[in-house]
Amino acid sequence: MAEPIEKVSIVVSHGSLEGVYPGLIMANGARMEGIEATLFFTFFGLDAIIDKRMDNLSVATVGNSAMRMPGGMKMPTWLGAIPGMEAFATYMMKKEMEKIDIPPVREFLEMIHDAGGDIYACKATVDMFHLSEKDFCEQMDEIITVGEFYEKSAGAEIIFT
Amino acid sequence: MSTIEIAGKTIELDADGNLANAADWSEDLARELAKIEGIEELTDRHWQVINYMRKVYEEDGGAPSIRKLTKESGVETKELYSLFPKGPAKKSARIAGLPKPKGCI
Repeated sequence: MAEPIEKVSIVVSHGSLEGVYPGLIMANGARMEGIEATLFFTFFGLDAIIDKRMDNLSVATVGNSAMRMPGGMKMPTWLGAIPGMEAFATYMMKKEMEKIDIPPVREFLEMIHDAGGDIYACKATVDMFHLSEKDFCEQMDEIITVGEFYEKSAGAEIIFT
Repeated sequence: MSTIEIAGKTIELDADGNLANAADWSEDLARELAKIEGIEELTDRHWQVINYMRKVYEEDGGAPSIRKLTKESGVETKELYSLFPKGPAKKSARIAGLPKPKGCI
Protein backbone atom coordinates (compact mmCIF):
# COMPACT_ATOMS: atom_id res chain seq x y z
CA MET A 1 0.00 0.00 0.00
CA ALA A 2 1.20 3.53 -0.77
CA GLU A 3 2.41 5.71 2.10
CA PRO A 4 -0.35 7.93 3.55
CA ILE A 5 0.01 11.70 3.15
CA GLU A 6 1.30 13.27 6.37
CA LYS A 7 1.64 16.92 5.46
CA VAL A 8 0.27 19.33 2.84
CA SER A 9 1.29 22.85 1.85
CA ILE A 10 -1.49 24.61 0.01
CA VAL A 11 -0.84 27.73 -2.09
CA VAL A 12 -3.84 30.02 -2.60
CA SER A 13 -3.18 32.42 -5.46
CA HIS A 14 -6.66 33.69 -6.42
CA GLY A 15 -8.80 36.16 -4.51
CA SER A 16 -12.28 35.27 -5.76
CA LEU A 17 -14.61 33.27 -3.58
CA GLU A 18 -14.28 30.21 -5.82
CA GLY A 19 -10.53 30.73 -5.93
CA VAL A 20 -10.14 30.77 -2.15
CA TYR A 21 -12.51 28.08 -0.90
CA PRO A 22 -10.95 24.98 -2.47
CA GLY A 23 -7.72 25.70 -0.57
CA LEU A 24 -9.57 26.30 2.69
CA ILE A 25 -11.64 23.15 2.33
CA MET A 26 -8.55 21.10 1.54
CA ALA A 27 -6.62 22.53 4.50
CA ASN A 28 -9.46 21.93 6.94
CA GLY A 29 -10.05 18.47 5.47
CA ALA A 30 -6.38 17.67 5.96
CA ARG A 31 -6.49 18.61 9.64
CA MET A 32 -9.63 16.53 10.09
CA GLU A 33 -7.71 13.53 8.75
CA GLY A 34 -4.82 14.20 11.09
CA ILE A 35 -2.67 15.57 8.25
CA GLU A 36 -0.49 18.63 8.96
CA ALA A 37 -1.59 21.64 6.90
CA THR A 38 0.04 24.90 5.87
CA LEU A 39 -1.72 27.62 3.89
CA PHE A 40 0.39 30.07 1.89
CA PHE A 41 -1.47 33.06 0.42
CA THR A 42 0.06 34.81 -2.55
CA PHE A 43 -0.91 37.45 -5.16
CA PHE A 44 -4.66 38.14 -5.08
CA GLY A 45 -5.09 35.19 -2.76
CA LEU A 46 -3.89 37.54 -0.02
CA ASP A 47 -7.35 39.15 -0.01
CA ALA A 48 -8.57 36.10 1.92
CA ILE A 49 -6.44 37.04 4.93
CA ILE A 50 -6.54 40.85 4.64
CA ASP A 51 -8.71 41.95 7.54
CA LYS A 52 -10.68 44.58 5.63
CA ARG A 53 -11.27 42.46 2.54
CA MET A 54 -11.75 38.87 3.70
CA ASP A 55 -15.46 39.28 4.49
CA ASN A 56 -16.20 40.71 1.04
CA LEU A 57 -14.76 38.24 -1.44
CA SER A 58 -16.95 37.66 -4.49
CA VAL A 59 -17.58 35.16 -7.25
CA ALA A 60 -15.88 36.08 -10.54
CA THR A 61 -18.71 36.18 -13.08
CA VAL A 62 -16.72 37.71 -15.94
CA GLY A 63 -14.79 35.31 -18.12
CA ASN A 64 -16.16 32.24 -16.37
CA SER A 65 -17.46 30.01 -19.16
CA ALA A 66 -18.71 27.36 -16.73
CA MET A 67 -21.12 29.79 -15.04
CA ARG A 68 -24.73 28.58 -14.85
CA MET A 69 -27.92 30.45 -14.10
CA PRO A 70 -30.32 29.26 -11.40
CA GLY A 71 -32.09 26.34 -13.07
CA GLY A 72 -28.92 25.09 -14.71
CA MET A 73 -28.96 26.97 -18.05
CA LYS A 74 -25.56 28.10 -19.24
CA MET A 75 -24.99 31.81 -18.65
CA PRO A 76 -23.76 33.80 -21.67
CA THR A 77 -20.39 35.18 -20.60
CA TRP A 78 -21.32 38.79 -21.47
CA LEU A 79 -24.14 38.60 -18.90
CA GLY A 80 -21.54 38.28 -16.20
CA ALA A 81 -20.48 41.86 -16.77
CA ILE A 82 -23.92 43.33 -16.06
CA PRO A 83 -24.03 45.42 -12.86
CA GLY A 84 -25.30 43.38 -9.93
CA MET A 85 -24.43 40.02 -11.48
CA GLU A 86 -21.34 39.51 -9.36
CA ALA A 87 -23.24 40.40 -6.18
CA PHE A 88 -26.05 38.05 -7.14
CA ALA A 89 -23.77 35.11 -7.92
CA THR A 90 -21.88 35.74 -4.68
CA TYR A 91 -25.10 35.84 -2.69
CA MET A 92 -26.26 32.59 -4.27
CA MET A 93 -23.01 30.78 -3.63
CA LYS A 94 -22.78 31.94 -0.02
CA LYS A 95 -26.35 30.81 0.56
CA GLU A 96 -25.67 27.34 -0.85
CA MET A 97 -22.45 27.03 1.13
CA GLU A 98 -24.21 27.90 4.37
CA LYS A 99 -26.70 25.09 3.66
CA ILE A 100 -23.96 22.49 3.67
CA ASP A 101 -22.25 24.06 6.69
CA ILE A 102 -19.27 25.64 4.92
CA PRO A 103 -18.33 28.60 7.14
CA PRO A 104 -17.63 32.16 5.92
CA VAL A 105 -13.95 32.83 5.11
CA ARG A 106 -13.08 34.46 8.46
CA GLU A 107 -14.67 31.73 10.55
CA PHE A 108 -13.14 29.03 8.34
CA LEU A 109 -9.65 30.49 8.80
CA GLU A 110 -10.17 30.64 12.57
CA MET A 111 -11.22 26.98 12.52
CA ILE A 112 -8.19 25.93 10.46
CA HIS A 113 -5.85 27.96 12.67
CA ASP A 114 -7.35 26.59 15.90
CA ALA A 115 -7.03 23.12 14.40
CA GLY A 116 -3.28 23.69 14.18
CA GLY A 117 -3.02 24.77 10.54
CA ASP A 118 -0.38 27.44 9.80
CA ILE A 119 -1.28 30.54 7.81
CA TYR A 120 1.36 32.50 5.90
CA ALA A 121 1.43 35.54 3.61
CA CYS A 122 3.80 35.82 0.65
CA LYS A 123 6.48 38.48 1.19
CA ALA A 124 6.88 39.37 -2.49
CA THR A 125 3.16 40.14 -2.77
CA VAL A 126 3.11 42.05 0.52
CA ASP A 127 5.93 44.25 -0.80
CA MET A 128 4.37 44.61 -4.24
CA PHE A 129 0.99 45.72 -2.85
CA HIS A 130 2.60 47.91 -0.13
CA LEU A 131 1.00 45.94 2.69
CA SER A 132 2.24 45.32 6.21
CA GLU A 133 1.57 42.97 9.12
CA LYS A 134 -1.22 45.16 10.51
CA ASP A 135 -3.32 44.74 7.36
CA PHE A 136 -3.87 41.05 8.07
CA CYS A 137 -6.30 39.09 10.22
CA GLU A 138 -4.94 37.87 13.54
CA GLN A 139 -4.72 34.26 12.30
CA MET A 140 -1.93 35.17 9.88
CA ASP A 141 1.17 33.67 11.51
CA GLU A 142 3.97 35.25 9.52
CA ILE A 143 4.96 36.98 6.30
CA ILE A 144 7.48 34.65 4.66
CA THR A 145 9.64 34.47 1.55
CA VAL A 146 9.31 31.74 -1.04
CA GLY A 147 12.51 30.19 0.34
CA GLU A 148 10.99 30.00 3.81
CA PHE A 149 7.86 28.52 2.28
CA TYR A 150 9.90 25.65 0.86
CA GLU A 151 11.70 25.20 4.18
CA LYS A 152 8.40 25.00 6.03
CA SER A 153 7.07 22.61 3.39
CA ALA A 154 9.79 20.03 4.02
CA GLY A 155 8.23 16.59 3.63
CA ALA A 156 4.91 18.05 2.45
CA GLU A 157 2.89 17.63 -0.70
CA ILE A 158 2.63 21.10 -2.29
CA ILE A 159 -0.78 21.90 -3.78
CA PHE A 160 -1.23 25.01 -5.92
CA THR A 161 -4.71 26.48 -6.22
CA MET B 1 -15.10 -6.73 7.17
CA SER B 2 -12.76 -7.58 10.01
CA THR B 3 -13.07 -8.36 13.69
CA ILE B 4 -11.21 -7.42 16.87
CA GLU B 5 -10.99 -9.10 20.23
CA ILE B 6 -11.89 -6.78 23.08
CA ALA B 7 -12.16 -8.01 26.65
CA GLY B 8 -12.66 -11.59 25.44
CA LYS B 9 -15.42 -10.62 23.04
CA THR B 10 -15.25 -10.69 19.24
CA ILE B 11 -16.44 -7.41 17.75
CA GLU B 12 -17.21 -6.95 14.06
CA LEU B 13 -15.85 -3.85 12.27
CA ASP B 14 -16.91 -2.22 9.01
CA ALA B 15 -14.59 -1.46 6.08
CA ASP B 16 -13.41 1.78 7.76
CA GLY B 17 -12.56 0.01 11.00
CA ASN B 18 -15.58 1.39 12.88
CA LEU B 19 -18.14 -0.75 14.69
CA ALA B 20 -20.29 -2.75 12.27
CA ASN B 21 -23.14 -3.22 14.77
CA ALA B 22 -24.15 -0.20 16.82
CA ALA B 23 -25.66 -2.59 19.38
CA ASP B 24 -22.16 -3.77 20.36
CA TRP B 25 -21.35 -0.36 21.81
CA SER B 26 -21.08 0.26 25.53
CA GLU B 27 -19.19 2.78 27.63
CA ASP B 28 -16.69 0.08 28.55
CA LEU B 29 -16.16 -0.73 24.89
CA ALA B 30 -15.66 2.99 24.18
CA ARG B 31 -12.82 3.05 26.74
CA GLU B 32 -11.17 0.11 24.97
CA LEU B 33 -11.67 1.66 21.52
CA ALA B 34 -10.11 4.88 22.82
CA LYS B 35 -7.02 2.98 23.99
CA ILE B 36 -6.62 1.53 20.50
CA GLU B 37 -6.69 5.13 19.20
CA GLY B 38 -3.99 6.10 21.69
CA ILE B 39 -6.27 7.83 24.19
CA GLU B 40 -5.43 6.21 27.53
CA GLU B 41 -8.19 7.74 29.57
CA LEU B 42 -11.54 9.23 28.54
CA THR B 43 -12.14 12.40 30.55
CA ASP B 44 -15.46 14.21 31.07
CA ARG B 45 -14.54 16.43 28.13
CA HIS B 46 -14.05 13.39 25.88
CA TRP B 47 -17.43 12.08 27.00
CA GLN B 48 -19.07 15.40 26.26
CA VAL B 49 -17.96 15.06 22.63
CA ILE B 50 -18.79 11.33 22.41
CA ASN B 51 -22.26 11.82 23.86
CA TYR B 52 -22.89 14.76 21.53
CA MET B 53 -21.84 12.65 18.52
CA ARG B 54 -24.19 9.86 19.58
CA LYS B 55 -27.04 12.31 20.10
CA VAL B 56 -26.63 13.84 16.62
CA TYR B 57 -26.39 10.40 15.07
CA GLU B 58 -29.58 9.32 16.79
CA GLU B 59 -31.42 12.43 15.61
CA ASP B 60 -30.02 12.85 12.08
CA GLY B 61 -28.62 9.43 11.23
CA GLY B 62 -25.22 10.94 10.43
CA ALA B 63 -22.18 12.55 12.01
CA PRO B 64 -22.14 16.35 12.51
CA SER B 65 -19.82 18.57 10.47
CA ILE B 66 -16.72 19.77 12.32
CA ARG B 67 -18.27 23.23 12.32
CA LYS B 68 -21.42 21.95 14.01
CA LEU B 69 -19.32 19.90 16.40
CA THR B 70 -17.34 23.00 17.37
CA LYS B 71 -20.41 25.16 17.78
CA GLU B 72 -22.79 22.81 19.53
CA SER B 73 -20.81 20.27 21.54
CA GLY B 74 -19.55 22.89 23.98
CA VAL B 75 -15.96 21.96 23.14
CA GLU B 76 -14.04 24.40 20.91
CA THR B 77 -11.84 23.54 17.94
CA LYS B 78 -8.50 23.83 19.79
CA GLU B 79 -9.62 21.57 22.60
CA LEU B 80 -11.24 19.12 20.18
CA TYR B 81 -7.90 18.60 18.48
CA SER B 82 -6.08 18.18 21.78
CA LEU B 83 -8.67 15.67 23.06
CA PHE B 84 -8.70 13.71 19.81
CA PRO B 85 -5.37 14.26 18.08
CA LYS B 86 -5.23 13.20 14.42
CA GLY B 87 -8.84 14.08 13.61
CA PRO B 88 -11.55 14.84 16.19
CA ALA B 89 -14.59 14.01 14.04
CA LYS B 90 -13.17 10.74 12.74
CA LYS B 91 -11.76 9.55 16.06
CA SER B 92 -14.69 10.56 18.23
CA ALA B 93 -17.10 8.86 15.80
CA ARG B 94 -15.10 5.65 16.02
CA ILE B 95 -14.98 5.72 19.82
CA ALA B 96 -18.69 6.59 19.92
CA GLY B 97 -19.40 3.42 17.93
CA LEU B 98 -20.64 5.31 14.87
CA PRO B 99 -19.72 5.00 11.17
CA LYS B 100 -17.02 7.26 9.75
CA PRO B 101 -18.34 10.83 9.12
CA LYS B 102 -19.19 11.36 5.45
CA GLY B 103 -19.07 15.16 4.99
CA CYS B 104 -16.20 17.28 3.66
CA ILE B 105 -16.44 19.94 6.35
